[in-house]
Amino acid sequence: MADLGRICLPLALLVCVYGIGASIYGARTGRIEFSDSGRRSVYALAIVLTVAFGVLELAFLRNDFAFNTVADTSSRTTPTFYRAAAVWSSQEGSLLLWAWLLSLWSSLALFLVRRRMRDVAAYATAILLGFGAFFISLMIFYASPFSTTSPAPAEGVGLDPLLRFPTMMIHPPMLYSGYTLCTIPLAFGMGALLARRVDADWIKAIRRFAFAAWLFLGIGILLGARWSYSELGWGGYWGWDAVENASLMPWLTGTAFLHSLMIQEKRGMLKVWNVSLVLATGTLAIMGTFLVRSGILNSIHAFGGATLGVPFVALIGVLIAGSIYLVVSRRDMLRSQHRLDSLLSREAIFLGNNIVLVALCFVIFWGTYFPLISEAFTGTEASVGPPWFDRYTVPLALLLVLLSGIGPVIAWRRATLANARRNFAVPLLSALATLIVLLAAGVAHKAFAIAMFCCAAFVLGSISQEFFRGTRARRAMAGEALPVALVALVRRNRRRYGGYVVHLGIAVLFVGVAASSSFQHAVEQRLPVGGSTHVGKYTVRYVRPTATITPKNDAVHTGSTLNIGAVLDVSKGGRHVATLSPSEGFYDSGEPAQGTVGHLIGGQAVSHISMSAGVTRDVWTAIAPDISTPALQRIVSIGNRTLPADEGVVALGVLAREYLKHPPAAQFHFIVSPLVMWIWIGGLIVLGGGLIAIWPAPSAVRRRVAMRSRARTARGLARA
Amino acid sequence: MEILIAIIAGVLLAVVFVVISAPLRAARDVEDGDVGASTESEQALQAAATGRGYERAELEAARETKYREIRDAELDLRTGKLSREDYDAIDSGLRAEALELLDRLEALEPLEQKPSGESLTPGKANPELEA
Repeated sequence: MADLGRICLPLALLVCVYGIGASIYGARTGRIEFSDSGRRSVYALAIVLTVAFGVLELAFLRNDFAFNTVADTSSRTTPTFYRAAAVWSSQEGSLLLWAWLLSLWSSLALFLVRRRMRDVAAYATAILLGFGAFFISLMIFYASPFSTTSPAPAEGVGLDPLLRFPTMMIHPPMLYSGYTLCTIPLAFGMGALLARRVDADWIKAIRRFAFAAWLFLGIGILLGARWSYSELGWGGYWGWDAVENASLMPWLTGTAFLHSLMIQEKRGMLKVWNVSLVLATGTLAIMGTFLVRSGILNSIHAFGGATLGVPFVALIGVLIAGSIYLVVSRRDMLRSQHRLDSLLSREAIFLGNNIVLVALCFVIFWGTYFPLISEAFTGTEASVGPPWFDRYTVPLALLLVLLSGIGPVIAWRRATLANARRNFAVPLLSALATLIVLLAAGVAHKAFAIAMFCCAAFVLGSISQEFFRGTRARRAMAGEALPVALVALVRRNRRRYGGYVVHLGIAVLFVGVAASSSFQHAVEQRLPVGGSTHVGKYTVRYVRPTATITPKNDAVHTGSTLNIGAVLDVSKGGRHVATLSPSEGFYDSGEPAQGTVGHLIGGQAVSHISMSAGVTRDVWTAIAPDISTPALQRIVSIGNRTLPADEGVVALGVLAREYLKHPPAAQFHFIVSPLVMWIWIGGLIVLGGGLIAIWPAPSAVRRRVAMRSRARTARGLARA
Repeated sequence: MEILIAIIAGVLLAVVFVVISAPLRAARDVEDGDVGASTESEQALQAAATGRGYERAELEAARETKYREIRDAELDLRTGKLSREDYDAIDSGLRAEALELLDRLEALEPLEQKPSGESLTPGKANPELEA
């Protein structure tokens, strides 16, 4: 089957090269049949890469270890679900996933605009196929997912245990969908500049894809944070890791674009800014991919030590130079048609929000690439840590949340002070009430957290007021019942009210971040069985040890050969709160040199945390059991000496029994974090709001709305 | 297995060829069926129709946005974000802009309603105008 995959890649490259040529020829000569043929090349690319991806997926499911990538990232003991998703855990597989998703999303985008903007779409097709050709070339010349070894090894190395977590398996496709979707607005932006058609039509065509990119990136980032919190054993959800930052940067510029494009749509302003944001977002998405693949910066998420740095740097260089050239050479066409009517207008707030978002992106960019910058100038690689990021990002985040509450209560074009005073009353009162409650609760020493809670209360007040007033207006107009009026209001104004829900979700998310980072209690302690410790107001007692050896019996079925843990009793004020069972999974190293028994537990040890999650707080626990005691090591060495290769697991059984009979003290990590769950709830609210905003209005509704607007316009014009 | 792979690869190649070449084959079929057509005039007509299609698309996008702006201003009034005076000034401005767009769209329409001569290729409807 590898041969079929190997045939697919050059065929896909050929399709890309042809499509690029046909699209450019079609765009320059106006020969529609060539533009169409170029567009269909993208469909053909999707077909070919679907076959290629299917071949690789099949190889993983069939344990075909002749494929090097299967042997390196899967094994017979890897559970089937993780085996299916292991395709994108390798460098080669993830490149194929990237190219495949690019072809699918590009096909969808080009299909939807097939009868519009033929000149812009033809250039966009060429650019998208250029990206496709780049990634396919990487697979052909640097990292082929279809390289094989003969004879095939009997067993694979297995999937990295850290990746055996459901959200981690969904996280890459989400993130890659976000990255690849970011290239669609970039391609259309460049296409519009090349075709010299930079008016409303291209913005309209890419708006939904820009939103989808934002949504998928957001989901991917959130899933990554959840994985970090639940799997990495350090109890945090965001560590300002280079790869995390790389995914956040295009999300920030994408958010800025989604706001400023409304100004271009409504006022014909900010054309240079918008096209620059689109190009920057796409370029940052490619840079994010580069960071993961080049191994240039240390990250827990990166495929380090790879050789893909140079091609990526070349691509990024071309993108940056091309973007600058296009924007500068088309600057006359990108002049604004209007000016700001008033600083007290939604446009002005959106501008402020754009500046904050871009400033955040710049800070993160500087901090992320600082090791490279410092090395270039001083010769030594210095890096900045979370405190550096927090110093700059926390005030900017506060400002951002505040602006997300101000924007919705200010009108487009101009607002009067009298209206502003009336509209700000409820949000300000909400913030003030929150401040009083917090001060009364005695948390005055956490200034940033208090400020964030107040800003979030301000947002909650402004969004609630908007929904209330909108529904009331709808009821007055249509005489509908309250729920019907609310649904009708949202349905008729999806972008506006979906956006409001997103703002609310962001505020909720930041409340979770502020509370969990400011009021967290963390304790690391070694405890014997029966020992206990205090974490905040909670008492945690080590009740008894646990040990299992059958892979299918490990708590989360990750395929570990030995799982050792503890049963913990959590109480508060003498009342039982929860029983937790953290454990650590030991995995087969696949190294026979470690001995019959030694190799079974010689692989990476992975912490399986246990927590009691609630709306007010999470009690989070992790264990690092000690299996290096002389008694346990003696069992391993005797097993290594005496047992045949296929009976090593017998010694593991003895080891587990011995551990249960004479459990040594274990190292524990306890964290009590307030309101963490609101980070995930906030994320879900953002997702819900995003779906409301992106969901297409039924065509009938759209027509009816348009007809009513036309009728109203005509009536108004007749009166004038 | 090798035969199976060869068959799949052959089918894949054929599918790719069919998908990509369909517009070129259709254009050639049309050319073969209308040998007497003037290529230059056809291309000029095609360019004019395409240019008009672009302008129409731009105007329609601007019109939809203008309608949305009118609705937004109305909602801003009803939710207390705009005073009546500001709303009247903004609304009349928006409606005047909408009228200008409608006039420009109307000016395009007589040309586009011609029953013949609009097709980019003889015997085939202009996809730009179908949209």
